[in-house]
Amino acid sequence: MQAVIRVQRYNPETDKKPHWDEFKLEVDKRDRIVDILNRIKWELDGSVTFRRSCVHGICGSDAMLINGRNRLACKVLVEDLGPQIKVEPIRGLPIIKDLVVDMKPFFDAYETVMPYFINDEPEPGLERLQSPADRAVFDDSTKCILCACCTTSCPIFWVNGQYLGPAAIVQAHRFIFDSRDTAASARLAVLNQNSGVWRCRTAYNCTEACPRDIPITEIIGQVKRAIMTSNA
Amino acid sequence: MNVHRYDVLVIGAGGSGLTAALYASKNPNVSVAVISKLYPTRSHTGAAQGGVGAALGNVEEDHWEWHMFDTIKGGDYLTDQDAAEIFAKDVIEAVLELEHMGLPFSRLENGKIAQRKFGGHTSDYGKAPVHRACYAADRTGHMILQTVYQQSIKAGVTFFNEYQVLDVLVEDHVCRGVVAYEIATGEIHVFHAKAVILATGGCGRMFKITSNAHALTGDLASIVYRRGLPLEDMEFFQFHPTGLYKLGVLLTEGARGEGGILRNGNGERFMERYAPTIKDLAPRDIVSRSMYLEIREGRGAGPNKDYILLDLTHLPPGILDERLPDIADFSRTYLRVEPTKEPVPIQPTAHYAMGGVPTTIDGEVLYGNTSEDTVRGLYAAGEVACVSLHGANRLGTNSLGDLIVFGRRAGIAAAKFVVEAELPALSDHADGPAIEMVSKLMKGSGAESVGKLRAELQLTMQDNASVFRTQELLAKQVEVLEDLFQRYLNIGITDKSSRYNTDLLEALELGFLLDNAQALVHGALNRKESRGAHSREDYPDRDDTNYLKHTMAYRDPSGKVRLEWRAVVLGKFEPKPRVY
Repeated sequence: MQAVIRVQRYNPETDKKPHWDEFKLEVDKRDRIVDILNRIKWELDGSVTFRRSCVHGICGSDAMLINGRNRLACKVLVEDLGPQIKVEPIRGLPIIKDLVVDMKPFFDAYETVMPYFINDEPEPGLERLQSPADRAVFDDSTKCILCACCTTSCPIFWVNGQYLGPAAIVQAHRFIFDSRDTAASARLAVLNQNSGVWRCRTAYNCTEACPRDIPITEIIGQVKRAIMTSNA
Repeated sequence: MNVHRYDVLVIGAGGSGLTAALYASKNPNVSVAVISKLYPTRSHTGAAQGGVGAALGNVEEDHWEWHMFDTIKGGDYLTDQDAAEIFAKDVIEAVLELEHMGLPFSRLENGKIAQRKFGGHTSDYGKAPVHRACYAADRTGHMILQTVYQQSIKAGVTFFNEYQVLDVLVEDHVCRGVVAYEIATGEIHVFHAKAVILATGGCGRMFKITSNAHALTGDLASIVYRRGLPLEDMEFFQFHPTGLYKLGVLLTEGARGEGGILRNGNGERFMERYAPTIKDLAPRDIVSRSMYLEIREGRGAGPNKDYILLDLTHLPPGILDERLPDIADFSRTYLRVEPTKEPVPIQPTAHYAMGGVPTTIDGEVLYGNTSEDTVRGLYAAGEVACVSLHGANRLGTNSLGDLIVFGRRAGIAAAKFVVEAELPALSDHADGPAIEMVSKLMKGSGAESVGKLRAELQLTMQDNASVFRTQELLAKQVEVLEDLFQRYLNIGITDKSSRYNTDLLEALELGFLLDNAQALVHGALNRKESRGAHSREDYPDRDDTNYLKHTMAYRDPSGKVRLEWRAVVLGKFEPKPRVY
């Protein structure tokens, strides 16, 4: 079938504001959107710019706003959308060029929550033990690939760039609820600040946007409850 | 020149690069920086699924000697046995260290790290499949990548994200640093360093059907090859049996470790005929060849009888969701096949380069054919390197083990080296060749397109140099490559801007791929035997008399490929016929 793909173009060095380019291609219903963007680049216009790497939903490079929803371009097929396709950069981060945004503010927020395992007790000779039940408590938050689909779909993040955002909270949750980690209270203190979890108004955009099916809003709720019970 | 100075500079931010950076930074007096063309968490280690093999013995009896033997036999005896011994011992400690760094492994009821079966891993020297692969559901690589990235942040490692390396400054067998292109701005930077560690992964994008990310274009292997350093055993390229039909997306061998079965178009479990003892859990080279033969003999599945089926329908309910959730999702998302109800269409997919930049067991890069010929200050680890742990065929899970064992060794060795070493002299115009390469490409307005040349490369490599090879096909591919090299000189680039120019990057990457393909095809043509993943239909047997040795491919300044040999490090496991 023929598809019409509209791509938002913008090079801040030469353009005053973003504009739309339209491309028409013969596509298969099982083509991924990233396959179509690649074909546009390779066959029609080499200057169309976007990030992509693994193209099967694991590396998190190709988060885009596709037909009004944040998704990975490699996890949406033509048959999910129909022949009219509109692709824009994810919102709330500065555009570098076309569909490429500056990820630095996103990773800065991530680093704020101490996203690394902390346990200064002497290491045992073998592994630290952890029951399957204790491991299951934070299983969902270990699936995060830091694609930013969630954070850049959040209306609070759009209006207040200081908000650490859902992805950073998911990453904090991964350690706060790990029975082996010892720094939960320090992370909860970070998330109890102005820029932390209390900004969340449970819009559920993040949960809907997550390409890894992480129940993000629920996870944020668990962190909120942990702060209240810990009196952080 | 825009010059940065570090003691240790790591190129690539996947599992081996970040492990190397982490261990090098354990010395507070050593400054460490990592350069990557991607954000670190985008690296392809994250796509590894099934597990990391280590003889922990958490489920059943296991010994590092068994793992060492399996690795050597899996490599069809081209594995260097000193590397295999270090590996099988050290990987146990390395896995425990990852756990201590917080890696969320799946757990057994007793709280220990869970382990599953995997291809070619056996108990008691080949008697039966053994539970050796330590896993975190089917995202073990993702968890390793996340963990070593997290710990690198904690350790204060400096990152230069989205910088494309263009040149490695090796002169007179001394490495002085690298030249890199800042993707966001188009600026050229010189990184002056006492030690450089190459950790940029593989080159699977030279084939049409591959599990590899777009980023895997063999950049640093190509760059050092251009500088006159050798590439080792490039003809050994692994095709993973279970790639999603037409897409090549990986479905872990762990699916068979959990009980999945391969069936041909008649519904027959055909691996019983090819590997009667361990059947579907035979090593990947053997399974991929068996699949090709089934299809060739008319027993493929589907309307065109051109694929094989991975049957998971008989697994106990819950296993897929609990232990293999991602591959179930891939099947549903891309093929719209529900794996609990119908078998999944699959085909072999280009997966892993056993060959690469030759190194010693401490990751020191070689300029010649013996382990004394080391380039001062240059190291390599992971898929870009060839230790050689994997020999002619890598066992499943041993790539993740390789990253953490040899990434760690390279990081420790480099940190030790820089404490004593002086910063080598850098010439005034060290960035000259890199600047010229970029400006030539940017000015290019020729009629050839990168997309078209790359598609031709991928298709012809798939047809002429993949699972089965012959003299005729390989000789033809040598000619195809010569033609592509010529036409590459005449490529045109549409995007002329200096800001985030992926048109330019793809042109650079195509050049790197061509070099990797050249070393692969010449090595394959020269090796007149079948061993591991290198299967010559005109020479179907392994020939230890003439070819129990590593290929060393060099390119002369004239552009001519020169092939030499390097001895295999043999040891306690004598080469024997490889049956499973």
